[in-house]
Amino acid sequence: MSEPLTNRSKPVDRRPMNWVERLYLVNIFKGMAITLRHFFKKKATIKYPEETRPFSKVFRGLHILNRDEEGRERCTACGLCAVACPAEAITMEAAERQEGEEKLYREEKYAAKYEINMLRCIFCGYCEEACPKDAIYLSQTFTPANYQRKGFIYKKEDLLIPDPVTDPEGYQKALGTINREKEGV
Amino acid sequence: MRPVSYNIKKKPLEADISMAEMPEGHQGQGFFATTLDNVIGLARKNSLWPLPFATSCCGIEFMATMAATYDIARFGSERVGFSPRQCDLLMVMGTIAKKMGPVVKQVYLQMAEPRWVIAVGACASSGGIFDTYSVLQGIDQVVPVDVYVPGCPPRPEAILDGLMRIQDLVGKESLRRRNSEQYKALLESYGIQ
Repeated sequence: MSEPLTNRSKPVDRRPMNWVERLYLVNIFKGMAITLRHFFKKKATIKYPEETRPFSKVFRGLHILNRDEEGRERCTACGLCAVACPAEAITMEAAERQEGEEKLYREEKYAAKYEINMLRCIFCGYCEEACPKDAIYLSQTFTPANYQRKGFIYKKEDLLIPDPVTDPEGYQKALGTINREKEGV
Repeated sequence: MRPVSYNIKKKPLEADISMAEMPEGHQGQGFFATTLDNVIGLARKNSLWPLPFATSCCGIEFMATMAATYDIARFGSERVGFSPRQCDLLMVMGTIAKKMGPVVKQVYLQMAEPRWVIAVGACASSGGIFDTYSVLQGIDQVVPVDVYVPGCPPRPEAILDGLMRIQDLVGKESLRRRNSEQYKALLESYGIQ
């Protein structure tokens, strides 16, 4: 006989069963005890729509377009995210900031159109890495399912975070756990 | 560090289907009468039998959805069948190469009506990063798709979300939809009689 791989190996017992063993009662109760024990164990199931699981802080989900503290859009439509995107999911159109729009856009150039095709997107986070203006980030929200392809073209209004000046309530909601971390709690 | 944790904007569903808690009907002491449509819709949507057509990593994520932590059985879909004849829901998960396209179509054809299709993941729903000569740019080129689930791969939560959208669709479907002219035209556009 060869050397056993572990010390837990057990040779097969081929002796004929005696009458107690042939009744199988002991083994049935052993099995039932295991079943019964599982009734009192902690349930493993997460009842998803009612109960949600916290995602990691670095979970890469749906994108957001960032604003600065005064609520101005940070994106300058430089196109670096679109270049970095391996799935070519990002398209944008740039425009020049006009007089009187200084409250809306941080710099002289801004994205008039900004679209991400969430069906193409693979949530790799290269756009986040490429952005020099701190404008695009991925969030901890997963992208919801939809019935048609056009429902996955996320435009600027779907991506921009709530304005911290005009919509502080929504901004707090979007912040999630981050503001508590900033305060160091 | 990221500026915010969540994207709280809600993207509305295309061709939105509003959910009803209880079908319309007459109610009295000890009885409730409703239309056959609603009862059949209710029965169908809570016993969808999925056929997983898993070709890559999204299939692994679906296995996690089936397992105890997410437990797809809570939605009545634990009976995963590997025979198209007995299944209602074709779940295509993973990259479908162009050579695989006819196979997906064959499987779809072998399923009995009513049948639904859900495309899970970037590759199955649009080709994802594989914009090449050999990969099908979305399975809706060969079979009609009811629900798309984005992600690469999508989390089990996202797959369950897709399944719930399918349930909404199934519960609301009229019994005559499969005989309608629009449905025939849709199948005709895919070359299915």
